[in-house]
Amino acid sequence: MDFTFTEEQRLMAETARKIAKDFPPDYWYEKEEKGEFGTEFWEAISEAGFLGIVIPEKYGGVGLGMTELSLVIEELCENGCGMAGNWYICLTEVFGAMPIVRYGTEEQKQKYLPDMAKGKLEFCMALTEPNAGTNTFRTETFAKREGNGFRINGTKIFISGADRAKGMLLITRTTKLDEAPKKTHGITLFLVDLPNPAVKVNPIPKHGINYSKSCEVVIEDLWVPESAVLAEVDKGWYPLLNVLDPERLVFTMASVGIGKLAIKTAVEYSTQRKVFEDPVGSYQALQHPLAEAYAGLVSAELLSYKAAWLFDRGAHYREIGATANMAKAVAVENATKAVYWAMQTLGGYGYAKEYHVERWWREINLVRLAPVTQQMALNYIGEHVMGMPRSYK
Amino acid sequence: MKVVVFCKSVPDTETRVRLKDNRLDKSEIKYILNPYDEYAVEEAVRMKEGGKAEEVIAISMGPERAKEALRSALAIGADRGILIKDDALDGSDTYVTAKVLVKALEKDGLEYGMLLFGQQAIDGDTWHVPGQVAEMLGLPQTGSIIKLEVDPDGGKAVANRMVEGGEEVHEMALPCVVTCRKGLNEPRYPSLPNIMKAKKKPIQEYSVSDLGFSAEDVGKAGALTEVLSYALPPQKEAGKKVEGEPEEVAQALLQYLKEEIKVI
Ligand SMILES: Cc1cc2nc3c(=O)[nH]c(=O)nc-3n(C[C@H](O)[C@H](O)[C@H](O)COP(=O)(O)OP(=O)(O)OC[C@H]3O[C@@H](n4cnc5c(N)ncnc54)[C@H](O)[C@@H]3O)c2cc1C
Repeated sequence: MDFTFTEEQRLMAETARKIAKDFPPDYWYEKEEKGEFGTEFWEAISEAGFLGIVIPEKYGGVGLGMTELSLVIEELCENGCGMAGNWYICLTEVFGAMPIVRYGTEEQKQKYLPDMAKGKLEFCMALTEPNAGTNTFRTETFAKREGNGFRINGTKIFISGADRAKGMLLITRTTKLDEAPKKTHGITLFLVDLPNPAVKVNPIPKHGINYSKSCEVVIEDLWVPESAVLAEVDKGWYPLLNVLDPERLVFTMASVGIGKLAIKTAVEYSTQRKVFEDPVGSYQALQHPLAEAYAGLVSAELLSYKAAWLFDRGAHYREIGATANMAKAVAVENATKAVYWAMQTLGGYGYAKEYHVERWWREINLVRLAPVTQQMALNYIGEHVMGMPRSYK
Repeated sequence: MKVVVFCKSVPDTETRVRLKDNRLDKSEIKYILNPYDEYAVEEAVRMKEGGKAEEVIAISMGPERAKEALRSALAIGADRGILIKDDALDGSDTYVTAKVLVKALEKDGLEYGMLLFGQQAIDGDTWHVPGQVAEMLGLPQTGSIIKLEVDPDGGKAVANRMVEGGEEVHEMALPCVVTCRKGLNEPRYPSLPNIMKAKKKPIQEYSVSDLGFSAEDVGKAGALTEVLSYALPPQKEAGKKVEGEPEEVAQALLQYLKEEIKVI
């Protein structure tokens, strides 16, 4: 077993740290307050090649995998960017580049990948629906064959980045659930170009991560050609898993990064701050919960790298899924604890916006709800890893 | 014209410095390319991009990890690396370092037009090596520059350096030695494609004997200086706050300067 990163991986991590230092918490405080996209940051990560990590050299990327993607994201998040170190990269690279690299036709690859690698094409994914959140099989957005293409209707919700994206991975059904031989049958993925008059996008005011908008997306009589299908008609479920597992993993890394960032902030503050004789950092009432959270974060980090390694080696989807869900569940629990106790450590200042911890609190709150809820991650472990009876129908 | 950039592997700026057995405890340190050297590499790469240099060579003396500092330089855009690595070099002072670097340039047969350094290394912080190298090679040198214009055809370089209240402009014949600092340029981030390309660029390694030295010439044995001890800086004490009317404050301050710290 070898836990060391290669020289190139270490240099990539260093570049990520440098960028994070140039886009510190104060930068994100301002972007969050103004509800503004981090354009300068986007340009920096584009130039550094972070949007082409998983894109083959032939299409302008560097052709690496989940391990390097995880590493870069963790460094960005941990060194000051918080969730922003993951968010934009995930939307374009995990929702766009990854499935296109794996399942795209040559034409689709040429159309999207070179521009993505340069940071010239943002992407998003429209999966969640008002009546199909956690239960994707209930997807109602329907694509009906028409001529040599499809006519699509449906409503999606919480679609992040849909207001800016030029492309969208759209999850539909081409066979209704009650007509499908198996519930996994009938899911079809499309690559849809945006903006499009048949696609209405309405941002939803939200709790945090306001440097990116999450939107309701209403699709009315959108016609797309056959060439917009990604992978095969009716057989989109397994390709979709190869988006959702990486998504889970980048959010796991973001959680680890945010947790470590909050702890670092708490440690620095608490070694200075004196209320009685000694610095507050010397009180075990604060130290122990932070230490527990830290140990948990490092455990989740290791597990997440293992999942990334499995993914890069093309392991079976069940093995990847199990590892990714366990890593996610542990990371979120400990990152939430880390930020909670960081806020406690800063006392009233933890509640003041310019100390950033409250923003990370709002950011970490998302990860228990999305990309998969904690309950569903635990359901997966109970059922598929431990072999307990399924608790729902 | 070929440009040589001198690169040192140093502890990351965020390292928590600890001492062990009267030396720096290196067990938990992350190493980086000395930040001042980044300005030098960037400047050299810009010279190449601007058609003023044909090749940029990064050179380092250090243990195996110094290779990573060289890779950083190669990822910024240097063309090849030279590493002088040998257990016998452990404990070398700046004089030995300069001597070894000069010999390595000679061994390589490099016909250089310029030698670029960072003005200081953030660990040892001696500022010695560039001056020593210039002296050993008999080359003109200027330091801490914020602007550099090179005219390879005219055989000269013009460098601006900050001095109190203004700038000095130095014109030097090539080849010459220059040390770089913040303000000269904005070093680029080594991008992932360039990191991958750097992997394929050659790094020539030399040992002490390759350069014609024996173990007594280098390391502690060859050094002219000796480090007697290391100490961490004293803990910062809380500042002193003087309150009251302006006259009282001025009086108290004067008294403090005269009697307590005795500077006037
Ligand atoms: C800011 C933000 C950004 C988002 N971005 C995107 C995006 O870009 N693209 C996209 O497609 N989606 C996106 N989402 C949607 C997100 O993935 C979903 O909100 C998430 O999957 C949960 O679905 P839901 O909200 O419908 O919750 P529901 O499925 O309605 O769940 C409600 C509650 O019931 C629990 N529950 C449900 N079923 C079970 C069960 N069987 N056992 C135990 N508990 C259960 C859940 O854990 C949860 O606590 C985003 C959401 C947010 C908030």
